[in-house]
Amino acid sequence: MVDLIVDFIVHGSEDTVGVAVRDVPGAQTLTGWNMEKDETLSLESRDPVALGHKVALVDIARGEKVVKYNRPIGNSTQDIARGSHVHTHNLKTARWQQ
Amino acid sequence: MREENFWGYRRPNGRVGVRNHVVVLSVDDISNAACEAVAANIKGVLALPHAYGRLQFGEDLELFFRTLIGTGANPNVAACLVIGIEPEWTRRIVDGVSETGKPTAGLSVEGHGDLRTIERASRKALDLLQDASELRREECHVRELYVSAKCGESDTTTGLASCPTVGQVFDGLDEIGATMSFGETSELCGAEDVCAARAATPEVGEQFLRIFESYQELILSQGVDLLGSQPTEGNIRGGLTTIEEKALGNIQKIGRKCRYLGCLEPAEAPRGAGLWFMDTSSAAAEAVTLWAASGAVVHLFPTGQGNIVGNPIEPVIKLSGNPATVRSMSEHIDVDVSGLLQRQLTLADAGDRLWDMMIRVCNGRLTRAEALGHREFVLTKLYRSA
Repeated sequence: MVDLIVDFIVHGSEDTVGVAVRDVPGAQTLTGWNMEKDETLSLESRDPVALGHKVALVDIARGEKVVKYNRPIGNSTQDIARGSHVHTHNLKTARWQQ
Repeated sequence: MREENFWGYRRPNGRVGVRNHVVVLSVDDISNAACEAVAANIKGVLALPHAYGRLQFGEDLELFFRTLIGTGANPNVAACLVIGIEPEWTRRIVDGVSETGKPTAGLSVEGHGDLRTIERASRKALDLLQDASELRREECHVRELYVSAKCGESDTTTGLASCPTVGQVFDGLDEIGATMSFGETSELCGAEDVCAARAATPEVGEQFLRIFESYQELILSQGVDLLGSQPTEGNIRGGLTTIEEKALGNIQKIGRKCRYLGCLEPAEAPRGAGLWFMDTSSAAAEAVTLWAASGAVVHLFPTGQGNIVGNPIEPVIKLSGNPATVRSMSEHIDVDVSGLLQRQLTLADAGDRLWDMMIRVCNGRLTRAEALGHREFVLTKLYRSA
């Protein structure tokens, strides 16, 4: 195991969000790990993100699919900038949308 | 090297249990008082009271009998005493349980009253308990185990850590030829195609999708959707935003290799070794009760935010990858896999750690839930009684 502190973990290579594995503040350079590619990556956070909450890895336009586990987990309800907290305020399920 | 032997109780029908309970099974709500009185008289027998058993009919009644008979028949139960108000339903349960060859007896309250019934039942329970206390554990192989799994109070750490850890154990159990089951029909919404693709044959995958769709239709027929209850408030606090995200984390429990051989009705016993999908609710106590009734002897329960469920006859092993939960609710967590989040632990190591705990619990180590007295016995009710 690499002795490297990680701030967030990414499940799949196509994911557009990562999961914070510690409470991280806004405006900080975060270190992440992509499990699938076994690669480390770097990201500038915009918002504080609590342990277990998601952070955007790329800019996501309003209405665009949000991808985790290489799969869509819903659609964004507003433009989301890279490094922002992603949760119920800007992401909604694609199910039961009449 | 993972240990493949453990010390279990071999029952007359050949099935292997990891506990040696003598249960006093209530047929109906109004016989709970007698069952609990027997358990108060005879120290060491376990009363199983519940809320139903009167005026049920149709499929709901069949599920009721399957659940009660299955509970008594579970290999973790050494002997079973059944108490009900009327002789006929009591006898039906006694006949079902006694097919396993284990000591089983039944009493009905009508025409005798509580006090006489409690005395007769207590004398019977005394004999059953003393006889069961002489049974000895013998060496058994992991392939003889039937293991169930579901998660609760999930968050994003369950998808990252605790569910894939169960997946590691399920893949290992599958290779060895053990029996496993997963379910939670409503919580696969968003990953139903992933789940269908993990069926052993296209026919089984289609069968799963039919069960899944019929549940979706049930929800729609109520004029609602699951948005109010899925994800739950606890899920959302833990960072899960949508049902799709929750489902994709949930399905990590079935590992990377094993494929399910068929779909089971709630509380239906698997038809052989390997992995089986069971149509269950996602409510923890209801689902674990159904698996125990289908014969599962040990349950693996990943939790993120900290579910505390237990079962009277099937030990529930909790594991968590959330470092905050492992700290704040340590008395509920049997296996800490939070090291996965900081890469201090590999998934293979985490799987070994859970496997080791599973063997220890099968050898007799009490789970946290058992030691804390969590004995949630909750019947699944399909619709209101007559």
